[in-house]
Amino acid sequence: MTVLDKFLAGDQSALARIISFIEDREDGYQDLLARLYPKAGTAVRVGFTGPPGAGKSSLVNCLTKLLHSRGKRVSIIAVDPSSPFTGGALLGDRIRLTDLPMDGTIYVRSMATRGSSGGLAAATNNVAIALDAFGFDYILIETVGVGQVELDIVDTCDAVVVTLVPESGDAIQALKAGLMEIADIFAVNKADRPGSKNIIAALEMMLDIKSHKSEWKYPVVPTEAINNKNIDVLFDKIDAFIEYSVRTGYFENHRREQIKKKIISILQYRLNELVKDRLTGMADLDGMVLEIYNGQSDPYTVSDRLFEMSRVK
Amino acid sequence: MSEKIRVLLAKPGLDGHDRGIKVIATAFRDAGFEVIYTGLRQTPEMIVNAAIQEDVDAVGVSILSGAHMTLFPAIKRLLVDRKAGHIILFGGGIIPEEDVKALEAQGIDKLFTPGATTEETVAFVRKAVAGRKDNEKIM
Repeated sequence: MTVLDKFLAGDQSALARIISFIEDREDGYQDLLARLYPKAGTAVRVGFTGPPGAGKSSLVNCLTKLLHSRGKRVSIIAVDPSSPFTGGALLGDRIRLTDLPMDGTIYVRSMATRGSSGGLAAATNNVAIALDAFGFDYILIETVGVGQVELDIVDTCDAVVVTLVPESGDAIQALKAGLMEIADIFAVNKADRPGSKNIIAALEMMLDIKSHKSEWKYPVVPTEAINNKNIDVLFDKIDAFIEYSVRTGYFENHRREQIKKKIISILQYRLNELVKDRLTGMADLDGMVLEIYNGQSDPYTVSDRLFEMSRVK
Repeated sequence: MSEKIRVLLAKPGLDGHDRGIKVIATAFRDAGFEVIYTGLRQTPEMIVNAAIQEDVDAVGVSILSGAHMTLFPAIKRLLVDRKAGHIILFGGGIIPEEDVKALEAQGIDKLFTPGATTEETVAFVRKAVAGRKDNEKIM
Protein backbone atom coordinates (compact mmCIF):
# COMPACT_ATOMS: atom_id res chain seq x y z
CA MET A 1 0.00 0.00 0.00
CA THR A 2 1.50 3.32 -1.00
CA VAL A 3 1.22 6.56 0.95
CA LEU A 4 -1.20 7.82 -1.69
CA ASP A 5 -3.43 4.75 -1.20
CA LYS A 6 -3.57 5.48 2.53
CA PHE A 7 -4.25 9.13 1.79
CA LEU A 8 -7.18 8.16 -0.38
CA ALA A 9 -8.43 5.92 2.43
CA GLY A 10 -8.52 8.95 4.73
CA ASP A 11 -5.36 8.43 6.80
CA GLN A 12 -4.14 11.74 8.29
CA SER A 13 -0.54 10.46 8.70
CA ALA A 14 -0.46 9.84 4.97
CA LEU A 15 -1.85 13.33 4.33
CA ALA A 16 0.93 14.77 6.50
CA ARG A 17 3.57 12.79 4.60
CA ILE A 18 2.15 13.86 1.24
CA ILE A 19 2.21 17.50 2.29
CA SER A 20 5.91 17.23 3.20
CA PHE A 21 6.60 15.57 -0.14
CA ILE A 22 4.97 18.48 -1.94
CA GLU A 23 6.51 21.12 0.31
CA ASP A 24 10.02 19.68 -0.13
CA ARG A 25 9.51 19.33 -3.90
CA GLU A 26 10.76 15.77 -3.71
CA ASP A 27 11.29 13.94 -7.01
CA GLY A 28 7.92 13.27 -8.58
CA TYR A 29 5.91 15.87 -6.66
CA GLN A 30 4.46 17.17 -9.93
CA ASP A 31 3.15 13.70 -10.81
CA LEU A 32 1.62 13.44 -7.37
CA LEU A 33 -0.13 16.80 -7.81
CA ALA A 34 -1.38 15.62 -11.18
CA ARG A 35 -3.12 12.79 -9.31
CA LEU A 36 -4.56 15.13 -6.68
CA TYR A 37 -5.84 17.95 -8.89
CA PRO A 38 -8.82 16.02 -10.32
CA LYS A 39 -9.98 15.20 -6.77
CA ALA A 40 -9.77 18.81 -5.58
CA GLY A 41 -12.16 21.68 -6.19
CA THR A 42 -14.89 21.28 -3.60
CA ALA A 43 -13.34 22.86 -0.49
CA VAL A 44 -13.95 26.53 0.27
CA ARG A 45 -10.76 28.43 0.98
CA VAL A 46 -10.85 31.34 3.37
CA GLY A 47 -7.76 33.48 3.92
CA PHE A 48 -6.88 35.42 7.06
CA THR A 49 -4.33 38.17 6.82
CA GLY A 50 -3.33 41.27 8.74
CA PRO A 51 -0.55 42.66 10.91
CA PRO A 52 1.38 40.52 13.42
CA GLY A 53 -0.47 39.99 16.68
CA ALA A 54 -3.89 41.07 15.38
CA GLY A 55 -5.39 37.74 16.38
CA LYS A 56 -5.48 35.81 13.10
CA SER A 57 -4.69 32.46 14.74
CA SER A 58 -7.14 33.08 17.57
CA LEU A 59 -9.93 33.95 15.13
CA VAL A 60 -9.12 30.89 13.03
CA ASN A 61 -9.28 28.83 16.21
CA CYS A 62 -12.73 30.17 17.15
CA LEU A 63 -14.03 29.79 13.63
CA THR A 64 -12.76 26.21 13.38
CA LYS A 65 -14.63 25.26 16.55
CA LEU A 66 -17.79 26.89 15.21
CA LEU A 67 -17.51 25.02 11.90
CA HIS A 68 -16.76 21.79 13.74
CA SER A 69 -19.91 22.23 15.84
CA ARG A 70 -21.82 22.44 12.57
CA GLY A 71 -20.36 19.16 11.38
CA LYS A 72 -17.80 20.56 8.96
CA ARG A 73 -14.37 19.11 8.33
CA VAL A 74 -11.79 21.89 8.61
CA SER A 75 -8.10 22.14 7.79
CA ILE A 76 -5.81 24.99 8.67
CA ILE A 77 -2.60 26.12 7.02
CA ALA A 78 -0.76 28.50 9.34
CA VAL A 79 2.23 30.27 7.81
CA ASP A 80 5.06 31.89 9.76
CA PRO A 81 8.30 33.39 8.44
CA SER A 82 11.57 31.57 7.71
CA SER A 83 14.77 33.34 8.64
CA PRO A 84 16.45 34.85 5.58
CA PHE A 85 19.76 34.34 7.40
CA THR A 86 19.64 30.73 8.62
CA GLY A 87 16.60 29.26 6.86
CA GLY A 88 15.24 28.28 10.27
CA ALA A 89 11.77 29.14 11.48
CA LEU A 90 9.76 29.26 14.66
CA LEU A 91 6.22 28.25 13.84
CA GLY A 92 4.10 29.37 16.77
CA ASP A 93 0.54 29.46 15.51
CA ARG A 94 -0.33 26.20 17.26
CA ILE A 95 -0.03 28.01 20.59
CA ARG A 96 -3.39 29.62 19.75
CA LEU A 97 -4.84 26.43 18.24
CA THR A 98 -4.57 24.11 21.22
CA ASP A 99 -8.05 23.18 22.35
CA LEU A 100 -9.34 21.93 19.00
CA PRO A 101 -11.19 18.60 18.95
CA MET A 102 -9.01 15.60 18.04
CA ASP A 103 -11.66 13.44 16.39
CA GLY A 104 -9.93 13.31 13.01
CA THR A 105 -12.12 15.93 11.33
CA ILE A 106 -9.63 18.76 11.89
CA TYR A 107 -6.12 19.03 10.53
CA VAL A 108 -3.58 21.74 11.26
CA ARG A 109 -0.37 22.27 9.37
CA SER A 110 2.28 24.89 10.11
CA MET A 111 4.33 26.11 7.15
CA ALA A 112 7.44 28.25 6.97
CA THR A 113 7.70 30.78 4.13
CA ARG A 114 11.03 29.30 2.90
CA GLY A 115 12.07 32.42 1.02
CA SER A 116 8.73 33.65 -0.31
CA SER A 117 7.88 37.25 0.45
CA GLY A 118 4.16 37.43 -0.36
CA GLY A 119 2.88 36.37 3.06
CA LEU A 120 2.59 32.66 2.19
CA ALA A 121 5.02 29.89 1.25
CA ALA A 122 5.54 29.03 -2.43
CA ALA A 123 3.99 25.61 -1.76
CA THR A 124 0.91 26.82 0.14
CA ASN A 125 -1.28 26.62 -2.93
CA ASN A 126 -0.18 23.03 -3.66
CA VAL A 127 -0.71 22.05 -0.04
CA ALA A 128 -4.25 23.43 -0.29
CA ILE A 129 -4.81 21.14 -3.30
CA ALA A 130 -3.80 18.16 -1.17
CA LEU A 131 -6.17 19.21 1.65
CA ASP A 132 -8.96 19.76 -0.84
CA ALA A 133 -8.39 16.34 -2.41
CA PHE A 134 -8.38 14.77 1.07
CA GLY A 135 -11.96 15.94 1.50
CA PHE A 136 -12.06 18.90 3.86
CA ASP A 137 -15.05 21.24 3.59
CA TYR A 138 -13.06 24.30 4.55
CA ILE A 139 -9.41 25.26 4.24
CA LEU A 140 -8.53 28.22 6.45
CA ILE A 141 -5.25 29.80 5.43
CA GLU A 142 -3.47 32.18 7.72
CA THR A 143 -0.65 34.36 6.40
CA VAL A 144 2.39 35.58 8.27
CA GLY A 145 1.86 38.92 9.95
CA VAL A 146 1.82 41.30 6.99
CA GLY A 147 2.44 44.96 6.32
CA GLN A 148 0.77 46.54 3.31
CA VAL A 149 1.97 44.67 0.24
CA GLU A 150 2.19 40.93 0.99
CA LEU A 151 -0.91 39.90 -0.93
CA ASP A 152 -0.39 36.32 -2.21
CA ILE A 153 -3.44 35.27 -0.20
CA VAL A 154 -5.73 36.75 -2.89
CA ASP A 155 -4.44 34.22 -5.41
CA THR A 156 -4.95 31.31 -3.05
CA CYS A 157 -8.37 31.88 -1.47
CA ASP A 158 -12.04 32.34 -2.35
CA ALA A 159 -12.63 34.89 0.40
CA VAL A 160 -10.19 37.07 2.32
CA VAL A 161 -10.69 38.32 5.86
CA VAL A 162 -8.38 41.20 6.75
CA THR A 163 -7.89 41.24 10.51
CA LEU A 164 -7.09 44.55 12.16
CA VAL A 165 -7.03 45.86 15.74
CA PRO A 166 -8.12 49.22 17.20
CA GLU A 167 -4.49 50.39 17.06
CA SER A 168 -4.21 49.71 13.31
CA GLY A 169 -4.44 53.36 12.26
CA ASP A 170 -6.64 56.21 11.17
CA ALA A 171 -8.77 57.09 8.15
CA ILE A 172 -5.78 57.76 5.91
CA GLN A 173 -4.29 54.33 6.62
CA ALA A 174 -7.67 52.89 5.64
CA LEU A 175 -7.52 54.62 2.25
CA LYS A 176 -4.07 53.31 1.33
CA ALA A 177 -3.50 50.80 -1.44
CA GLY A 178 -2.55 47.18 -0.85
CA LEU A 179 -3.87 45.30 2.15
CA MET A 180 -7.01 47.42 2.47
CA GLU A 181 -8.00 46.63 -1.12
CA ILE A 182 -7.98 42.85 -0.82
CA ALA A 183 -10.47 42.35 2.00
CA ASP A 184 -13.86 40.86 1.24
CA ILE A 185 -14.59 41.11 4.95
CA PHE A 186 -12.89 43.11 7.69
CA ALA A 187 -12.60 41.81 11.23
CA VAL A 188 -11.64 44.36 13.86
CA ASN A 189 -10.41 42.06 16.59
CA LYS A 190 -9.78 43.00 20.23
CA ALA A 191 -12.83 45.21 19.78
CA ASP A 192 -13.17 45.64 23.54
CA ARG A 193 -10.13 47.93 23.48
CA PRO A 194 -10.36 51.71 23.31
CA GLY A 195 -10.35 53.12 19.78
CA SER A 196 -12.32 50.32 18.15
CA LYS A 197 -15.22 52.64 17.28
CA ASN A 198 -12.83 55.02 15.52
CA ILE A 199 -11.26 52.40 13.30
CA ILE A 200 -14.61 50.81 12.49
CA ALA A 201 -15.94 54.25 11.46
CA ALA A 202 -12.82 54.90 9.33
CA LEU A 203 -13.17 51.54 7.60
CA GLU A 204 -16.88 51.98 7.02
CA MET A 205 -16.30 55.38 5.42
CA MET A 206 -13.69 53.93 3.08
CA LEU A 207 -15.93 50.95 2.28
CA ASP A 208 -18.94 53.16 1.69
CA ILE A 209 -17.13 54.69 -1.29
CA LYS A 210 -16.08 51.24 -2.51
CA SER A 211 -19.51 49.65 -2.02
CA HIS A 212 -21.15 52.14 -4.42
CA LYS A 213 -19.47 50.33 -7.30
CA SER A 214 -20.28 46.84 -6.11
CA GLU A 215 -23.27 44.75 -5.17
CA TRP A 216 -21.27 43.28 -2.27
CA LYS A 217 -21.50 45.51 0.79
CA TYR A 218 -18.11 45.07 2.43
CA PRO A 219 -18.76 44.30 6.10
CA VAL A 220 -16.72 45.30 9.13
CA VAL A 221 -17.17 42.83 11.98
CA PRO A 222 -15.98 43.74 15.49
CA THR A 223 -14.71 40.54 17.12
CA GLU A 224 -13.20 39.45 20.44
CA ALA A 225 -11.51 36.12 19.77
CA ILE A 226 -10.44 35.85 23.39
CA ASN A 227 -14.10 35.94 24.50
CA ASN A 228 -15.33 33.98 21.46
CA LYS A 229 -17.51 37.00 20.68
CA ASN A 230 -19.13 37.67 17.28
CA ILE A 231 -17.49 34.65 15.65
CA ASP A 232 -20.91 33.53 14.37
CA VAL A 233 -21.44 36.96 12.79
CA LEU A 234 -18.03 36.72 11.14
CA PHE A 235 -18.88 33.31 9.75
CA ASP A 236 -22.27 34.50 8.47
CA LYS A 237 -20.48 37.25 6.54
CA ILE A 238 -17.98 34.80 5.06
CA ASP A 239 -20.82 32.50 4.10
CA ALA A 240 -22.79 35.41 2.60
CA PHE A 241 -19.77 36.46 0.57
CA ILE A 242 -19.28 32.96 -0.85
CA GLU A 243 -22.98 32.80 -1.70
CA TYR A 244 -22.84 36.22 -3.41
CA SER A 245 -19.64 35.23 -5.16
CA VAL A 246 -21.05 31.98 -6.57
CA ARG A 247 -24.32 33.62 -7.60
CA THR A 248 -22.66 36.45 -9.53
CA GLY A 249 -20.05 34.27 -11.22
CA TYR A 250 -17.22 36.02 -9.40
CA PHE A 251 -16.27 32.77 -7.67
CA GLU A 252 -15.69 30.90 -10.92
CA ASN A 253 -13.91 33.81 -12.62
CA HIS A 254 -11.64 34.27 -9.65
CA ARG A 255 -10.72 30.59 -9.58
CA ARG A 256 -10.05 30.57 -13.33
CA GLU A 257 -7.86 33.63 -12.90
CA GLN A 258 -5.98 31.84 -10.11
CA ILE A 259 -5.39 28.82 -12.36
CA LYS A 260 -4.06 31.09 -15.11
CA LYS A 261 -1.66 32.73 -12.66
CA LYS A 262 -0.61 29.31 -11.42
CA ILE A 263 0.30 28.18 -14.95
CA ILE A 264 2.30 31.37 -15.51
CA SER A 265 4.11 30.94 -12.23
CA ILE A 266 5.02 27.32 -13.06
CA LEU A 267 6.38 28.47 -16.42
CA GLN A 268 8.30 31.28 -14.77
CA TYR A 269 9.79 28.83 -12.29
CA ARG A 270 10.85 26.46 -15.05
CA LEU A 271 12.31 29.24 -17.16
CA ASN A 272 14.21 30.44 -14.14
CA GLU A 273 15.71 26.99 -13.64
CA LEU A 274 16.51 26.80 -17.36
CA VAL A 275 18.26 30.17 -17.36
CA LYS A 276 20.29 29.17 -14.29
CA ASP A 277 21.21 25.85 -15.94
CA ARG A 278 22.32 27.44 -19.19
CA LEU A 279 24.22 30.26 -17.49
CA THR A 280 26.27 27.91 -15.35
CA GLY A 281 27.33 26.16 -18.55
CA MET A 282 28.65 29.35 -20.14
CA ALA A 283 32.35 29.72 -19.64
CA ASP A 284 32.51 33.34 -20.77
CA LEU A 285 30.09 34.74 -18.18
CA ASP A 286 32.94 35.90 -15.95
CA GLY A 287 34.54 37.52 -19.00
CA MET A 288 31.38 39.49 -19.66
CA VAL A 289 31.23 40.54 -16.03
CA LEU A 290 34.77 41.85 -16.37
CA GLU A 291 33.82 43.78 -19.52
CA ILE A 292 31.05 45.53 -17.60
CA TYR A 293 33.33 46.17 -14.65
CA ASN A 294 35.93 47.74 -16.97
CA GLY A 295 33.33 49.99 -18.55
CA GLN A 296 33.39 48.24 -21.95
CA SER A 297 29.81 47.00 -21.76
CA ASP A 298 26.66 47.13 -19.62
CA PRO A 299 24.34 44.54 -18.01
CA TYR A 300 21.55 45.14 -20.57
CA THR A 301 23.75 44.51 -23.62
CA VAL A 302 25.27 41.45 -22.00
CA SER A 303 21.80 40.11 -21.09
CA ASP A 304 20.69 40.58 -24.70
CA ARG A 305 23.68 38.58 -25.88
CA LEU A 306 23.09 35.83 -23.30
CA PHE A 307 19.41 35.71 -24.16
CA GLU A 308 20.22 35.20 -27.84
CA MET A 309 22.74 32.49 -27.00
CA SER A 310 20.43 30.58 -24.64
CA ARG A 311 17.20 31.02 -26.51
CA VAL A 312 14.91 28.05 -26.30
CA LYS A 313 14.81 26.75 -29.83
CA MET B 1 14.92 19.47 -3.03
CA SER B 2 15.17 20.96 0.44
CA GLU B 3 15.29 18.48 3.29
CA LYS B 4 14.31 20.74 6.15
CA ILE B 5 14.36 19.12 9.55
CA ARG B 6 11.11 19.76 11.40
CA VAL B 7 11.02 19.54 15.19
CA LEU B 8 8.02 19.81 17.49
CA LEU B 9 8.74 21.27 20.92
CA ALA B 10 6.20 20.94 23.68
CA LYS B 11 5.63 21.21 27.39
CA PRO B 12 3.23 18.65 28.82
CA GLY B 13 1.29 18.84 32.03
CA LEU B 14 0.79 21.66 34.48
CA ASP B 15 4.33 22.97 34.28
CA GLY B 16 4.66 26.64 33.34
CA HIS B 17 8.44 26.94 33.36
CA ASP B 18 9.02 27.62 29.69
CA ARG B 19 12.29 29.59 29.71
CA GLY B 20 14.29 26.45 28.89
CA ILE B 21 12.17 25.32 25.97
CA LYS B 22 12.21 28.84 24.50
CA VAL B 23 16.02 28.82 24.61
CA ILE B 24 16.00 25.43 22.87
CA ALA B 25 13.45 26.63 20.29
CA THR B 26 15.65 29.61 19.44
CA ALA B 27 18.75 27.41 19.20
CA PHE B 28 17.03 25.05 16.74
CA ARG B 29 15.70 27.97 14.71
CA ASP B 30 19.16 29.51 14.52
CA ALA B 31 20.56 26.15 13.43
CA GLY B 32 18.21 26.21 10.41
CA PHE B 33 15.48 23.87 11.70
CA GLU B 34 11.75 24.47 11.38
CA VAL B 35 10.51 24.49 14.94
CA ILE B 36 6.84 24.00 15.74
CA TYR B 37 6.22 25.25 19.26
CA THR B 38 2.92 24.21 20.78
CA GLY B 39 3.10 26.10 24.04
CA LEU B 40 2.19 25.03 27.55
CA ARG B 41 -0.15 22.52 29.16
CA GLN B 42 -0.17 19.89 26.43
CA THR B 43 -1.43 16.37 26.98
CA PRO B 44 0.50 13.44 25.47
CA GLU B 45 -2.44 13.02 23.04
CA MET B 46 -2.15 16.63 21.88
CA ILE B 47 1.62 16.32 21.41
CA VAL B 48 1.39 13.11 19.38
CA ASN B 49 -1.54 14.41 17.34
CA ALA B 50 0.44 17.57 16.47
CA ALA B 51 3.60 15.58 15.70
CA ILE B 52 1.71 13.40 13.21
CA GLN B 53 -0.14 16.28 11.53
CA GLU B 54 3.07 18.28 11.19
CA ASP B 55 5.05 15.25 9.93
CA VAL B 56 7.98 16.15 12.17
CA ASP B 57 11.28 14.33 12.33
CA ALA B 58 11.64 14.75 16.07
CA VAL B 59 9.67 15.68 19.17
CA GLY B 60 11.37 17.48 22.04
CA VAL B 61 9.66 17.64 25.41
CA SER B 62 10.64 19.73 28.41
CA ILE B 63 9.52 18.53 31.84
CA LEU B 64 10.54 20.31 35.01
CA SER B 65 7.64 19.15 37.15
CA GLY B 66 8.88 15.72 38.22
CA ALA B 67 6.28 13.89 36.15
CA HIS B 68 8.84 12.60 33.64
CA MET B 69 8.42 8.90 34.54
CA THR B 70 4.75 9.13 33.55
CA LEU B 71 4.77 11.56 30.64
CA PHE B 72 7.73 10.37 28.54
CA PRO B 73 6.55 6.72 28.39
CA ALA B 74 2.99 7.89 27.68
CA ILE B 75 4.16 9.95 24.70
CA LYS B 76 6.37 7.12 23.42
CA ARG B 77 3.52 4.61 23.71
CA LEU B 78 1.12 6.86 21.80
CA LEU B 79 3.68 7.47 19.06
CA VAL B 80 4.11 3.73 18.61
CA ASP B 81 0.36 3.05 18.80
CA ARG B 82 -0.27 5.59 16.06
CA LYS B 83 2.46 4.13 13.82
CA ALA B 84 4.73 7.13 14.38
CA GLY B 85 7.43 5.28 16.28
CA HIS B 86 9.98 6.45 13.71
CA ILE B 87 9.78 9.98 15.15
CA ILE B 88 12.78 10.72 17.38
CA LEU B 89 11.69 11.48 20.96
CA PHE B 90 14.06 13.51 23.10
CA GLY B 91 13.65 15.64 26.14
CA GLY B 92 15.12 17.70 28.88
CA GLY B 93 14.50 18.57 32.47
CA ILE B 94 15.54 18.00 36.02
CA ILE B 95 15.71 14.23 35.82
CA PRO B 96 17.76 12.02 38.18
CA GLU B 97 20.39 9.85 36.54
CA GLU B 98 18.69 6.53 37.34
CA ASP B 99 15.47 7.84 35.77
CA VAL B 100 17.38 8.88 32.64
CA LYS B 101 18.67 5.32 32.32
CA ALA B 102 15.25 3.81 32.90
CA LEU B 103 13.59 6.08 30.35
CA GLU B 104 16.25 5.60 27.70
CA ALA B 105 15.83 1.86 28.20
CA GLN B 106 12.11 2.32 27.45
CA GLY B 107 12.87 3.82 24.04
CA ILE B 108 13.14 7.54 24.76
CA ASP B 109 15.96 8.39 22.38
CA LYS B 110 17.83 10.92 24.51
CA LEU B 111 17.41 13.01 27.66
CA PHE B 112 19.35 16.13 28.48
CA THR B 113 19.82 17.33 32.03
CA PRO B 114 21.00 20.68 33.46
CA GLY B 115 24.40 21.64 32.10
CA ALA B 116 23.78 20.26 28.60
CA THR B 117 24.53 22.80 25.87
CA THR B 118 22.20 23.84 23.07
CA GLU B 119 24.90 22.75 20.59
CA GLU B 120 24.83 19.19 21.96
CA THR B 121 21.06 19.07 21.66
CA VAL B 122 21.02 20.34 18.09
CA ALA B 123 23.87 18.01 17.09
CA PHE B 124 22.05 15.01 18.60
CA VAL B 125 18.85 15.65 16.64
CA ARG B 126 20.71 16.33 13.40
CA LYS B 127 22.57 13.03 13.70
CA ALA B 128 19.58 10.99 14.86
CA VAL B 129 17.43 12.24 11.97
CA ALA B 130 20.17 11.64 9.38
CA GLY B 131 20.38 7.99 10.45
CA ARG B 132 16.79 7.21 9.48
CA LYS B 133 15.57 6.07 6.13
CA ASP B 134 12.10 6.38 4.70
CA ASN B 135 11.38 3.49 2.37
CA GLU B 136 7.66 3.90 1.96
CA LYS B 137 6.58 4.50 -1.62
CA ILE B 138 4.56 7.65 -2.16
CA MET B 139 2.62 6.45 -5.19
